[in-house]
Amino acid sequence: MTAENVIEAKGLTKRYGRAVAVDHVSFAVGRGEIFGLLGPNGAGKTTTILMMLGLTEISAGEVRVLGFDPAREPLSVKRRVGYLPDTVGFYDQLTAADNLRYTARLIGFKKAERETKIKDALERVGLAEFAEKRVSTFSRGMRQRLGLAEILMKDAQIAILDEPTSGLDPHATAELLAIIRSFKAAGVSVLLSSHLLERVQSVCDRVALFAGGKIALIGSVAELGRQVLGGGYVVDIEADGAGLAERLALIPGVSGVERTGIGKLRLHADRDVRPEAAAEVVAMQGRLKYLGVQEPSLDAIYTRYFETRPDEEMTMKEGARHAA
Amino acid sequence: MRREGSAFHGLGVVMLKELSDHLTSVRMRVLEWLVVLVALAALYGAIQQIKDTTAEDPFLFLRLFTTSRDPLPSFVSFVSFLVPLMAIGLGFDAVNGEYNRRTLSRILAQPIYRDALLFGKFLAGLITLAISLITLWLLVVGLGLLLVGIPPGAEEIGRSFLFLLATIIYAGVWLALALLFSIVFRSAATAALVTLGIWLFVTFIWPVLAGAVAQIIVPLDPRYTALGLPTPGTAQAEQILARLSPSTLFAEVVVAILDPTTRSLGPIYLSQLQGAVLGAPLPIGESILIAWPQTVGMIASAILLFVIGYVTFQRQEVRA
Repeated sequence: MTAENVIEAKGLTKRYGRAVAVDHVSFAVGRGEIFGLLGPNGAGKTTTILMMLGLTEISAGEVRVLGFDPAREPLSVKRRVGYLPDTVGFYDQLTAADNLRYTARLIGFKKAERETKIKDALERVGLAEFAEKRVSTFSRGMRQRLGLAEILMKDAQIAILDEPTSGLDPHATAELLAIIRSFKAAGVSVLLSSHLLERVQSVCDRVALFAGGKIALIGSVAELGRQVLGGGYVVDIEADGAGLAERLALIPGVSGVERTGIGKLRLHADRDVRPEAAAEVVAMQGRLKYLGVQEPSLDAIYTRYFETRPDEEMTMKEGARHAA
Repeated sequence: MRREGSAFHGLGVVMLKELSDHLTSVRMRVLEWLVVLVALAALYGAIQQIKDTTAEDPFLFLRLFTTSRDPLPSFVSFVSFLVPLMAIGLGFDAVNGEYNRRTLSRILAQPIYRDALLFGKFLAGLITLAISLITLWLLVVGLGLLLVGIPPGAEEIGRSFLFLLATIIYAGVWLALALLFSIVFRSAATAALVTLGIWLFVTFIWPVLAGAVAQIIVPLDPRYTALGLPTPGTAQAEQILARLSPSTLFAEVVVAILDPTTRSLGPIYLSQLQGAVLGAPLPIGESILIAWPQTVGMIASAILLFVIGYVTFQRQEVRA
């Protein structure tokens, strides 16, 4: 294990009877990185996380978290790793601060240390004014933030977040993602799972796409885009002018032009041809209404990847059924 | 390979939290009032009865616990009826409640072992029960003093204290059973129903059934039946079967402890009674000896139930 990697999984496998929920999964998470486990429900993301925390037994393979084996040294792992489960729960009859106090005492913090840590953590997630409110009055977004506060209080080196944004409104999601980014700024490595590809695309440094218990793709979003979408750039233009399409096709690097609507063209190119395209329109005295390059989106990558591999999609559905 | 760290790290924290949860819960308050009111009613009946009938009794004080006056049962019957209910009430949602609140995986992601959580919950339940039972016991002793007006002797206090201990152990058996089903069943309602079902079966149906099953195992001997006597083999089998129920064990312990004249808890031959002064009380040490196997049986069943629950819990996947 290199010093750079905080989590290393090799051939990690989980079987339930004959069904395989996680099938020889290998990946590594670097220090200070935000790593996304993405995939549909039942693809094996949560099971992978449970194995990393020693909350379920590993059938085969191994995982090292900060160099510790979660099955043999669970306390060392759990002391350094913060975990936010899918739809985290708190003791409703206790206040936010009391909930954190209980966790802090379980961790074994001294009393004086406890209070300052709790205060700081609640402030960082914006719940300071709700510290003495009962959790039963909290919205879902506030509970998720309280969960993050728990991880902050713990001084965790790794934060493992299972579906942190599911069921949240856009505003709460944005707040939560901002806190997750602040984790990275504080040097905490983050491993998060989600089935909402677009939302997490913006925060993840690297992602692993899960399907049917296997990692289908792994890498940064841009890398995956090049790998799956064919490395091309797609430039959309909305402009008028006769013979524009023919002229645009002559720009070096453009491999194809297609008409997507009245006065709308889509260029496929091996580089960003926006400057040249704009120049052409202007040279023709045409009126340029829109010019934009499509960022590779995880949704597009995901859809494309499984469109071209119907076999794997079948196994993905199988896996989903087993895991469910 | 040895696992790192202590299995009991965090035990005290879990226990104190659970204890404060129990003591402040509405459920506990309802159970407490139920027990206190019912016990007071039984005690009142007993005192009336004692005032009416008893002229001289060396163990007048113990009669407070065992005397009944229609239509109310005695204090002891009330306790043996209500203590399992209290224990089940405290334990039926111990683990699945954490699942349903979705707090279990968050708590187990902290640096503690599952042992600490489970053991903490059991101890907290047991301490809660012990606190209520001790309060109840003090209440009975105090009221007895006031209303009967005869101070209890050292032996009477000793015997009633042993009764208290036996009751706490008995409560532990039911708490362990409730805890076991709270691990096995995800739904708290199912766990509660199954535990209550077992309690009803073991307490009310099994003693009747034991006789029938015993007759199948050891058929009645017509020679004894003709004389109107029980067949010794059948009676023995019946007793062994009945003693599988903790309720039977508890009832036997109570009889041995609170009634000093009890000489045996099983059928005995007349020859064994030769030279005995029937009706003469035994010293407290002898009574303890008589009740000892039953007490050990109760402790053992509590430990057994807890261990089954513990093993199940250790192997369970915590997904919530």
